[in-house]
Amino acid sequence: MTGLSAIELEDVVKEYLSHGEVVQAVKGVTLDIAEGEFFSLLGPSGCGKTTTMRMVAGFEQPTKGLVKLHGQDVTNVPPNRRDVNMVFQSYALFPHMSVWDNVAFGLKQKRTPADEIRRRVGEMLEIVDLTGRERRRPREMSGGQQQRVALARALVNRPRALLLDEPLGALDLKLRQAMQIELKRIQREVGITFVYVTHDQGEALTMSDRIAVMNDGLVEQLADPREIYERPATAFVAGFIGTSNLLTGAAAGGVLKVGGGRVLVPGHDGDVTVTVRPEKITIGTEEPAPELSGVRGTVAEVVYLGTYNSYAVNLADGADGTVITVFEQNAHDATATAERGDSVWLSWQAQHSYVIGS
Amino acid sequence: MRTRGRLGDRLLHAYTWLIIAWLSSPIAVMILFGFNDKQSKSNTTWQGFTLRWYAELFDVSDLTVALRNSLVIALVSTVITVVIGTMLGLALGRHRFRGSGATNFLVFAAISTPELVMGASLLSLFVSGNVPRDANTIIVAHVLFSLSFVVVTVRARVVGLDPSLEEAARDLGASAWGTFRQVTLPSILPGVLAGAMLSFALSIDDYVVTSFVNGSTVTFPLWIVGAVKTGIPPQVNVMGTLIFGIGVLIAIANAVAARRRA
Repeated sequence: MTGLSAIELEDVVKEYLSHGEVVQAVKGVTLDIAEGEFFSLLGPSGCGKTTTMRMVAGFEQPTKGLVKLHGQDVTNVPPNRRDVNMVFQSYALFPHMSVWDNVAFGLKQKRTPADEIRRRVGEMLEIVDLTGRERRRPREMSGGQQQRVALARALVNRPRALLLDEPLGALDLKLRQAMQIELKRIQREVGITFVYVTHDQGEALTMSDRIAVMNDGLVEQLADPREIYERPATAFVAGFIGTSNLLTGAAAGGVLKVGGGRVLVPGHDGDVTVTVRPEKITIGTEEPAPELSGVRGTVAEVVYLGTYNSYAVNLADGADGTVITVFEQNAHDATATAERGDSVWLSWQAQHSYVIGS
Repeated sequence: MRTRGRLGDRLLHAYTWLIIAWLSSPIAVMILFGFNDKQSKSNTTWQGFTLRWYAELFDVSDLTVALRNSLVIALVSTVITVVIGTMLGLALGRHRFRGSGATNFLVFAAISTPELVMGASLLSLFVSGNVPRDANTIIVAHVLFSLSFVVVTVRARVVGLDPSLEEAARDLGASAWGTFRQVTLPSILPGVLAGAMLSFALSIDDYVVTSFVNGSTVTFPLWIVGAVKTGIPPQVNVMGTLIFGIGVLIAIANAVAARRRA
């Protein structure tokens, strides 16, 4: 990252008319994506992430707000005159053209000299490992190969930024994981800003430098993957990224009395929502030391998942029936610490309680 | 069981060949009587083989003029129909707009309107508008009744076309026209060509509508109908055979191209 802005969105709003009613798909998004960054827009379907990306590409006009590429206002510039390229969810490879003609398409539009087209298309096909398949038609190729053609077709133009709209959605799990690593390698190799739209939190965490978690047309949190996971800004982010336990109640003197025990929330008073990740919690039968957060409960379910055991624990005195999920690493032997029906103590270090939206 | 199965198979074979024979018999008769060495005025009994009518193909001058009229009218009306029909098909297949429902209905109505009704109403339109009837009014009429067929075939292709293909072309720097020329048109071309062949075929053998709006212009079908009483010369069979042969060649070429595409 050089710190320069590749893409800026300033309070961008997008409204649609649907059955005579105005629907806001994007309700005011401000983003600043740095040069060379791998940036993800993450959220459930309908959260506005694809619409946001399409406004960067120029396929949608914002109702309000500005879109800037490298400091230049491009809000009213058509897509063919924006220096960004897109990889479509459906790949959108031209079916009547060979792989070579697909990849060369963008350069031909810019009237690039023929020998330069030949050189650059050849180099690009080498990067995506498709040398020797130039004459194939897209439909004669596997999903993973089509995916790489789509990538090459966009990257060969050396855009200032590459936009990827759920590009791995159509691939099976194994191929998807291989392509994630591949994408990251290609991004390092070409050094171009990648903007990646996905609803897959694992994908976003694996590849991104920064993630904007979107929900209902707004950015809920913008941070690096570690921060998003460890310190979710809202209950939505905590729930959407990984598994999260939420504990609510009134804290007094930095202590939240809940579940026949206490959660330490130093410096907080009044109503709080606390989140703690399942893998931070230790399950045991002894009351934990006072410097730890500890709550009591009854084991409702134990599931063996190979690398870890997953417990569902009903919180003691949990009037609202709060269930706490605990992951226990399968590090030593294959037996679980507790069984269904056992009365247990759950404990974790104070630093792993994170107070949301305070 | 086995014998009965065989008998059923044989019956099915016989039935299939019977249907094929029935469907192709008019064509076979047309081709055959183009080689008939007839002496009398009528060309209805087989009198021996000759290639004379192929050599004297253009000897009936009225017929030659009529065929030329038909070919020119078919070509011109097809070109006009394909251009307008492709634009209409694109609009109807891609966008929902005020009046798109009504337009869709009109397209269907034009297909289902009886030719007699269309011909009669066109005639009164031209007469009341003081438009002289000639080849131009025939072209207008032919465009009118073939247009819907091009719209339908093109619209079907457009509906099946991934809209992100055109977006990808724009994204890669193509202008609106460049996108149409390089991506949209090649993708819908099979529909456009099918529509073109349909409208050419509809135009070249139309009798009913043409007979209302032709004025003094005589087309190939009109001439043949007029010649029924005096006897149809074998040249008509030869011309019919050649038109049919070209149609078959186009169909074969299309099938080969489709196989190569697949």
